[in-house]
Amino acid sequence: MSDWFAAWGRQGLAVLIRLGRAHLLLFDILCALPALVRRPGELIRQVHSVGVRSLVIIVISGLFVGMVLSLQGYNTLVNFGAAQSLGVLVALSLVRELGPVVSALLYGGRAGSALAAEIGLMKATEQLSGMEMMAVDPIERVLAPRFLAGVLAMPLLAAIFSAVGILGGYLVAVGLLGLDEGAFWSQMQSHVEFYQDIGNGIVKSLVFGIVATWIALFHGYDAVPTAEGVSLATTRTVVHTALAVLMLDFVLTALMFNKV
Amino acid sequence: MIQQRKLEIAVGFFMVLGLAALFMLAMRVSNLSTVGLSDTDSGYNVTALFQNIGGLKVRSPVRVAGVRVGQVTGIDLDNRYAAAVRMHIANGYTFPKDTSASIFTSGLLGEQYVSLDPGGDPVLLKNGDVIRATQSALVLERFIGQFLFNKAQEPGSK
Repeated sequence: MSDWFAAWGRQGLAVLIRLGRAHLLLFDILCALPALVRRPGELIRQVHSVGVRSLVIIVISGLFVGMVLSLQGYNTLVNFGAAQSLGVLVALSLVRELGPVVSALLYGGRAGSALAAEIGLMKATEQLSGMEMMAVDPIERVLAPRFLAGVLAMPLLAAIFSAVGILGGYLVAVGLLGLDEGAFWSQMQSHVEFYQDIGNGIVKSLVFGIVATWIALFHGYDAVPTAEGVSLATTRTVVHTALAVLMLDFVLTALMFNKV
Repeated sequence: MIQQRKLEIAVGFFMVLGLAALFMLAMRVSNLSTVGLSDTDSGYNVTALFQNIGGLKVRSPVRVAGVRVGQVTGIDLDNRYAAAVRMHIANGYTFPKDTSASIFTSGLLGEQYVSLDPGGDPVLLKNGDVIRATQSALVLERFIGQFLFNKAQEPGSK
């Protein structure tokens, strides 16, 4: 019986210790950010690898999410004779929720796992300790540019996702379902508030960018330096990113949109 | 060197694309492009006192002859149990002081809006003025109740 409690206690303590290490790492990364000004080349390379290379998956999934939203929304709205509001439905659900959340999930799967595997492998092949031997701080040289790149790329990816999704919804609504084009856009414009809806969507995606990149970097940096450890780190990155994004989304939504 | 240059071009393209998406969201999707109708620009506020506002909400449009000239920025109950509807009128629109306000519905089930009917007074409405000549929203339940009551009163009904 006491063994059973001890196992629970050990688990709990291990989680807390990992959480503590993750926060210390985040603090170190944040402290290393100002030094990036001297090396913008590395930052650009990382924006390319996390942002530009995620573009294809973001654009294609955004397009299809918008299209399916339009199709499904139409089937429900038409029962109430409110098919004119389809534009509002598509725009609000994309800008407020689906844009930031789905692009963060895709980002975690596409870029986060790659970051964790790259850094985990650097650790397994002792490149990171090699850097330390040469008095180069791996946090400053390796982690900080990747962190900033992820935080910069995420809001842009989410905005692209929302914009492409709305275009996809427009294509289905006007092209396929024969809705009035003017009503689609004008209803949307009169119901979507820039600061309230789009601004909060951007804030959400910024938070998701910080969290998703942080989780990926921590799992890579904290990986057991073996092949198995690296694979575990990538798996954990994807799972933890998905959980953190979905839970944070609820908290942020409750904070942002409780009055509307 | 060439490699780095290609990278920089790709990243620049990505940044421009992201900002273009944001711009599209701002201008095409949200109400930012209906400039002059947001709360922050210059213009003036007037308050109208209604007996009943029905389903009017904050951000409902204010129209004159069907043209959007402003929006509702606040709804409160005043100390005599009338609904005080604060409206923001965009810069450039001026109306006589004896303008009256009514609440109408666009379409059968559409959203409700405030309609202003300009009067003939040479003095113009200015910031902080109160419109007292108002016509309340049509509340369907009250209307039906009245109709039933009138039906029951008719001599031939019994």
